[in-house]
Amino acid sequence: MSTTIEHSETTDASAPPVRKGGGFTGAAANYLDERTSISGVVKEFGRKIFPDHWSFMLGEVALYSFVVIILSGTFLTFFFQASMVETHYDGSWVPLKGVEMSAAMESALHISFDVRGGLLVRQIHHWAALLFIAAIGLHMLRVFFTGAFRKPRELNWMIGFTLFVLAMAEGFTGYSLPDDLLSGNGLRIIDGLIKGLPVIGTWTSFLLFGGEFPGTQIVGRFYTLHILLLPAILVAALALHLVFVVVHKHTQFAGAGRTEKNVIGYPILPVYAAKAGGFFFLVFGVIVLMASFFTINPIWNYGPYDPSPVSAGTQPDWYIGFADGALRLIPPGLEFVWLNHTWSFNIIIPVVALVLLLLLVAIYPFVEGWVTGDKREHHILDRPRNTPTRTAIGAAGVTFYAGLWAAASSDLVATHFQLSIEGVIHVVQAWVVLGPFLAYFVTKRVCIALMKKDREIVLHGYESGRIVRLPGGEYIEVHEQVDDYERWRLVDYEVYEPIMVRPNAQGKITGAARLRARMSNWFFEDRIAPAQQSELGQGGHGHDDTPGEIEGGKGH
Amino acid sequence: MARKSRKAGRRHPLATVVLIAIGLVVTGGGYAAFSSTTTASADTSSAASQSVIEEGEKLFASNCATCHGMDLAGTPDGPSLIGVGAAAVNFQVGTGRMPMAMQGPQALQKPAQFTDEQTAAMAAYVASISPGPAIPDESLLQADGDAANGGELFRVNCAMCHNVAGAGGALTEGKFAPELKGVLATHIYEAMLTGPQNMPVFNDDNLSPEDKRDIITYLKYIENNPSPGGNELGSLGPVAEGLFVWIFGLGAIIGLMVWLTAKSN
Repeated sequence: MSTTIEHSETTDASAPPVRKGGGFTGAAANYLDERTSISGVVKEFGRKIFPDHWSFMLGEVALYSFVVIILSGTFLTFFFQASMVETHYDGSWVPLKGVEMSAAMESALHISFDVRGGLLVRQIHHWAALLFIAAIGLHMLRVFFTGAFRKPRELNWMIGFTLFVLAMAEGFTGYSLPDDLLSGNGLRIIDGLIKGLPVIGTWTSFLLFGGEFPGTQIVGRFYTLHILLLPAILVAALALHLVFVVVHKHTQFAGAGRTEKNVIGYPILPVYAAKAGGFFFLVFGVIVLMASFFTINPIWNYGPYDPSPVSAGTQPDWYIGFADGALRLIPPGLEFVWLNHTWSFNIIIPVVALVLLLLLVAIYPFVEGWVTGDKREHHILDRPRNTPTRTAIGAAGVTFYAGLWAAASSDLVATHFQLSIEGVIHVVQAWVVLGPFLAYFVTKRVCIALMKKDREIVLHGYESGRIVRLPGGEYIEVHEQVDDYERWRLVDYEVYEPIMVRPNAQGKITGAARLRARMSNWFFEDRIAPAQQSELGQGGHGHDDTPGEIEGGKGH
Repeated sequence: MARKSRKAGRRHPLATVVLIAIGLVVTGGGYAAFSSTTTASADTSSAASQSVIEEGEKLFASNCATCHGMDLAGTPDGPSLIGVGAAAVNFQVGTGRMPMAMQGPQALQKPAQFTDEQTAAMAAYVASISPGPAIPDESLLQADGDAANGGELFRVNCAMCHNVAGAGGALTEGKFAPELKGVLATHIYEAMLTGPQNMPVFNDDNLSPEDKRDIITYLKYIENNPSPGGNELGSLGPVAEGLFVWIFGLGAIIGLMVWLTAKSN
């Protein structure tokens, strides 16, 4: 009793100054704070620092696209009928009048032509979905090439990878919902993929479709997945992903004053709250502009699904393109009967290759962590050139993926560049097999060359373009030293050395140790050490009072 | 001296201007000539008189017989024209596919090489040697049939090569199904009737004349009613959409990101 009185007394004492200066905002904030103690949270989050670099905003683009997807998708659920009941179209689009179709297709057309703003919202939803997954992909590439997945962020990489897979699943289920010809063809390919798996294939397909393809179940089932189960998991994983970003704090590129223990940047309040809030509307605006002026998924052209027709130029949305491409690239003649079962290796090989590719992406942080043996936390990002092997592996992966992706549009490449489709396929087959190796070696060499160049610039300055004639008649070019901030960027990186094979506690050299040593050697065999302070002092470099270093033509 | 001659020739400061002017005149003139030949489409189904057939024979002998043979029976360089009818001639010559510029995977469409009268004369000549499909009646070409029926027939019979929106598609070994936008109703009908190049024949038992009319109605409907959703991106489907979102969508957003994080000068 007495404590409450005391408490009220203290608040009374502190209240008048707030009332005096704060006006309505101050009073409201005080009201809230007295009841929720929210000021502690605001203080904590408002002072959270984010470093400034454009590539750090890619994840935000994905997040904002997802918000747009949820908003537009909610609108669409008001009108969409997830049913495969047969009906006849009787809406505004003349070329489909009286055509038999499912209730799902009919309602999708109804949204497009007879619901006010329906077509715009449908197109916003679809464009936002394409942008969502594209932004995720680019965000993952940024994280990969800058080494932001290293300890302590390996688990968050896995969560992000899960989000990427969930986003693709969301995309594919959504693409299938209108029950138009294009989506039906896409589903048929998935059905074929599943049926091509040995032993379990046919059973799995019948389980998924509730009988023989296409059945009357799949749209309803995909709808439940698309609007309930997948988004629920996605939102949960997304929340966890963001919590980890807060817990780990944001990574930053090397620079003056930046260490593994601090974050240099701007606070959320007021800078990033304004920037990020504004950026949401910019992303939303770009999506709405695309949706306003560019058709996406014109289901009225595709017409209702019917298993007999397949349109030329039938492709999945871009994010499933790599799977479609893998199926197009696999050479014929790989199907045979063995033990009274049909073994469709033309299906099994692409499926295994795709699963392996995704698996490799998911576990890469752990592989690299094991190879380097580095158990320290890393909050300073790598410049891609300073980790040549990782960058080269990434380039090889991107080349492989891009080959599969390009193969999915082989027919359009053939018609638009007046080539034969067989020629296109053969070139892309060679690309997918040889391209990654080529990309690996070229990227690695380019990275090492860039590191050498950086080292050269730190030690000898950059060419200023100023030509000076010496009294003896010799011409030289004046080299200027880089400033301290720039030099920081160029020298602040670490070089690992290959791990030696050492016997363990029992005095044995295990196979794993040998493998690890070999991998480590592969990763760090070629390396360029950053310029050291001692090297900087040599040869009369870095005199602040002289205009720059003078070097002759010889010994350069 | 050498410098002087160079300055007067292609290195002259005004050479680029002259070159552009020549290019514009040639393309503009070519386009004008081409569009006047296509707009002046006359009635080709008039009864062929003997004099017309004779004129057609002369044109055939000088332009077609090298590959198709004087007796129309074909040679190693070109197929027999016995029984192809006036419709085939009108399609092949009227769309500029014949005479071919060169042997290739497929005869390419180009500006028509003959006037409508000359085309009609050759058609009459070929039809006079042996009977075949005739040039369709105008009443079937008005695009006034049932677009919904035409759309369904188009998706079942045509879309696997020509794409649902008639944007065309790839075939094997460098062949392709052409885009159908801007193709005259007569030519669409004749193509279905005669099955030019790699296209199968859709005879009147397969697709009745009314069905063909409905297909033309559908194609003309989607040609004349642009997409309600905005620019169609070539009606090429998800590949065009994916390219667009990566290049322009994400491109615009990355531009905004760079702007937002740029340091003020």
